Amino acid sequence: MSISLPRWLLLPAGLAAAYLLLPLVAMVLRVDWPGFLGLVTSPSARDALWLSLRTGAVSTLVCVLLGVPLATVLARTRFPGQGLLRSLVLLPLVIPPVVGGIALLYTFGRRGLLGGTLEALGVEVAFSTVAVVMAQVFVAMPFLVVSTEGALRTAGERYEVVAATLGASPSTVFRRVTLPTVLPGLLSGTVLAFARSLGEFGATITFAGSLQGTTATLPIQIYLERVDDPDAAVALSLVLVLVAVLVIGLTWQNPVARRRRAPA
Amino acid sequence: MRARTAPRSARHTSPRGGPALAGLAVLGVLATSLTGCGGEENEDTTLTVFAAASLQDTFTEIADEFEAEHADVDVRLNFDGSSGLAEQIQGGAPADVFASADTQTMDTLVADDLVESPEPFATNTLEIAVPPDNPAGIATFADLAGPDVRLVICAPEVPCGHATAQVASDAGVTLAPVSEEQSVTDVLGKVTTGEADAGLVYVTDVTAAGEDVQGIPFEESKDVVNTYPIAPVTDSEHGDLAAEFVTMVRSDAGRQVLTEAGFGTP
Amino acid sequence: MTGLDLVARIPERDVDLTLGVPAGRTLALLGPNGAGKSTALAVAAGLLRSPACRVGVGGRRLDDVPTHHRGVAMLSQDPLLFPHLSVLDNVAFAPRAQGVRRSAARAAAWRWLDEVGVSGLAQRRPGALSGGQSQRVAIARALAAEPEVLLLDEPMAALDVSVTPALRQLLRRVLAERTVLLVTHDALDAVLLADRVAVIEHGRVVEEGPTQQVLERPRSRFAARIAGLNLITGRWHGGALEGHGLRVQGVTDGLALAEGSPAVAVFAPSAVSVFGNDPGGSPRNAWPVVVTDLEPREDRVRVRADTRLGEESLAADVTPAAVADLGLEPGVRVRFAVKATEVTVHPAGPDPEPPASR
Repeated sequence: MSISLPRWLLLPAGLAAAYLLLPLVAMVLRVDWPGFLGLVTSPSARDALWLSLRTGAVSTLVCVLLGVPLATVLARTRFPGQGLLRSLVLLPLVIPPVVGGIALLYTFGRRGLLGGTLEALGVEVAFSTVAVVMAQVFVAMPFLVVSTEGALRTAGERYEVVAATLGASPSTVFRRVTLPTVLPGLLSGTVLAFARSLGEFGATITFAGSLQGTTATLPIQIYLERVDDPDAAVALSLVLVLVAVLVIGLTWQNPVARRRRAPA
Repeated sequence: MRARTAPRSARHTSPRGGPALAGLAVLGVLATSLTGCGGEENEDTTLTVFAAASLQDTFTEIADEFEAEHADVDVRLNFDGSSGLAEQIQGGAPADVFASADTQTMDTLVADDLVESPEPFATNTLEIAVPPDNPAGIATFADLAGPDVRLVICAPEVPCGHATAQVASDAGVTLAPVSEEQSVTDVLGKVTTGEADAGLVYVTDVTAAGEDVQGIPFEESKDVVNTYPIAPVTDSEHGDLAAEFVTMVRSDAGRQVLTEAGFGTP
Repeated sequence: MTGLDLVARIPERDVDLTLGVPAGRTLALLGPNGAGKSTALAVAAGLLRSPACRVGVGGRRLDDVPTHHRGVAMLSQDPLLFPHLSVLDNVAFAPRAQGVRRSAARAAAWRWLDEVGVSGLAQRRPGALSGGQSQRVAIARALAAEPEVLLLDEPMAALDVSVTPALRQLLRRVLAERTVLLVTHDALDAVLLADRVAVIEHGRVVEEGPTQQVLERPRSRFAARIAGLNLITGRWHGGALEGHGLRVQGVTDGLALAEGSPAVAVFAPSAVSVFGNDPGGSPRNAWPVVVTDLEPREDRVRVRADTRLGEESLAADVTPAAVADLGLEPGVRVRFAVKATEVTVHPAGPDPEPPASR
């Protein structure tokens, strides 16, 4: 059963879809197909793709390990200043990534807030792959926190209360009840964080720099090639789009599949 | 209900996609008019100058003088990387004058008949930029290859990177940068924040950065001179004015402004 | 030995309750919504803490003991089975959480599923169960925690009426000998599951006593509204309940009653008709009684009467006109009659009265 929509809605809806899809079509049309394979398998392209996948995976892992606890604290506790903390945590969603990069620079850079401490410890962050991961974590973490916190709030505490009355310690409750019940939300948050990490450009270029195989991720390589070899840039862009489509496809499948499985 | 409306609406919109495309075009026009990028409403003539990012300070000054001499002319300046500007002109951007930071970029526009007879008006050479306290103690070009020097240069894909690679190969020095940036500005940023010990940028960039960096000239830079060409755009509606602007840039007054900023004379 | 001692004093909610449940007994909390019944359970479970609250189980003070160390399991109207675990693993959850090895926990889970009669569903997911099945599994899960005290929060409120009788009998069986605090709206739950009843209104205990006494002769307004039921205890003989010199025919909700087993017959005063002499057609449930008092309530008059043997007090609701026609007043002999279809007969415990000494 379904309600019928006002027909006029279809025009702006179609426009919106076309507006989002047409640039992708234009890009596909612009691809130099005979040279495609060569362009995307050049050493710099392969290095960039491999680096992006590697750093994206590590960033996502860090986001999960730190973001899930943060989301849980935000969803399950109350303390003064919590609303403010939540807003600040979500800030990277709305500020330009370049600003994030500058902020990271002033924190972890050589002359930054913690730079001296890090240097004394023998840790050099700038221009390293670690810096790429840090930049990605900074911009991707909010996605994970938002979707996990939302899932936690939707699920409510009722199952956790039951588990506690059954004798489960807080750690057991978190591991065996809380996490499994928010798993779908956590998964889609994870996928979003990974996608965001893959696409990260501004904070990386500002904070980590760009060097083939070390800090030049796929988006940075695309930006570089754009000047020198537009064909390579378009080909690499298409690779990035394909990876993103794959990732979004996986998340989008999830809720639909869940709804189908749910009992009527 | 749904089964009945869906096919009907599909018949309306999707088969040709015409209305949707027209709608997108309308959207574009709407965006243009709302953001004021469309037509000029005042009666002054507007001369649009596309210039390489490194010309920001000098061309702003020259444009002011040009406006002072032409009371009814409004000079609009658009600064960006040369290749980006060239792409925009190829895409039909309404430029009257184009000043590029390298001859290759200009040549692509000449080949497309988009500009007329470019003339060189300035030169630029590379210089080492270090933080004011010069932490790595850089004195010569060869010092850049030192093992503990955190060097940042332009990526070989962009013009300043071309120049850097050429200087290094001419000097027989192998550079091991920690980062290859997209633009001179990015290189300079890494130096001013102290993240990098040294960067290779243009003389004019060091001049413009003032006290944030220290410039270290080096002999080898003389061999790779970057020449800046300027040309009126073929499709310009104000061809005479465009030619006048080019003349002004190449005049003594123009040269003086450029020289003060560190540019050389071709 | 004490079972559960509870002082739930939450000034913000205007709740101040002092309750005690002897070990192995069931106390039912009756009362309107928002009276503070669930607050009492939350305090007992340690989900709600307040400095003025006191909780003791088996003589052990639990005021500062976290929920998971209290040995207090809770069952609410929503079964809340963990959706990501199979039925078996749901029931094995508590033993596992308490450190029992997986195989032993599963073995225990099988036993409890068997106990509540749903071992055939062990491998299913909670989403594939009916409401009644889910609640049975939830009962098994709570019992598998081997709690010292069970807290039941309207365990049958969300169930289809067709499955409540069987579930009520299940609860009767598994709750016997356990210390239970039962929140309910339904007088029948109290009748069949609880030894004592506490009626709660506006955060205070307004009435407390043995179940039968509270329900037959309610003093509080709320108890009077939901209760005032006629309860006749006895034994099941030859298809009817016999006790106190009465023979009562009724329906049994499809539950088998063994010959000679204890039972209780329940019917509402509104189902009782009053006759001046032998009614024509002679309904099977018709007993000679002596009117003891009349109590006007809204558009009806509640007539209370003792059976001839003077052992059982019954109530009937009649119209004021009927009172005039029959000349009802204390001392008048009449007959109370009720259709067998209006009477439900339930299996009852062997000893419906709490022991005089403990």
